[in-house]
Amino acid sequence: MAVIQSKARDEASDELALVHAAKAGDISAFEQLVKRYDRNVFRIAQHITQNREDAEDVVQDAFLKAYENLEQFQENSKFYTWLVRIAVNESLMKLRRRRTDKTVSLDQEIQTEEDTMPREVADWSPNPEQLYKQGELKEILTRTINGLPTSFRTVFVLRDVEGLSTEETAEALGLSIPAVKSRLLRARLQLRERLSKYFKKPKKGADGNQ
Amino acid sequence: MTCKEFLKELTDYLDDSMDESTRAELEDHLQWCHNCYVVCDTTKKTIAIYRDSKMYELPDDLRSKLQSAIMNKCKARKKTPS
Repeated sequence: MAVIQSKARDEASDELALVHAAKAGDISAFEQLVKRYDRNVFRIAQHITQNREDAEDVVQDAFLKAYENLEQFQENSKFYTWLVRIAVNESLMKLRRRRTDKTVSLDQEIQTEEDTMPREVADWSPNPEQLYKQGELKEILTRTINGLPTSFRTVFVLRDVEGLSTEETAEALGLSIPAVKSRLLRARLQLRERLSKYFKKPKKGADGNQ
Repeated sequence: MTCKEFLKELTDYLDDSMDESTRAELEDHLQWCHNCYVVCDTTKKTIAIYRDSKMYELPDDLRSKLQSAIMNKCKARKKTPS
């Protein structure tokens, strides 16, 4: 544990050193930050926008915006959390442009008990991800997560896919910690419910055998 | 503890952010409630599947293209440090 903590500390101080150098005009330091986080920004953007071209635009726009506003970065949070906040906002703007008929907001929260009460309580097969070919599995996962409301999807991606802490997720999204927790619970349970359809253990005799 | 109360605490339980006595209550509930046990276990699997799925990996060629585009734009806007 001590080794992990010290590695995290080293990374944080290294990140801050790059930010300081970039602020002082060292463009190669900023390039290091781009190389460090471009894959994460792309993943987040594609999850939110659900569109490859939009995600490519978001990667460029988010880093450019970060570069132009580097002086505004106060350093009381991680650079990465600040960058994610920019990337999420850019992604939501893209999504709003495409969905002129719907409002897209992180504040939306569908308030029903139903979306947290499990209906499917069958156990899953031991290695559910091996039930399908790689391509099929990705399609199932994509379709399932894309069916979530934007606010749930975004919280789940930051928290469970990208590994941000609850506090960092709240900061990146401008939400309170209880709001993050509530959306995360709903996102996890809704995904679980929908994936159960694909991954549950077949009932004995369901294939016609006695 | 009821199933409804268990579900309310599920996220904190999975994220290991709760005090010992609440954790003990939840684990006691899991001992006898098979439905909550399954929900908890399959929620853990849901998180793991997405975490390990490598969805939306950035291909190397596109990555280099984006990096060049970003850096060219940054260089074009570079200001002298104040």
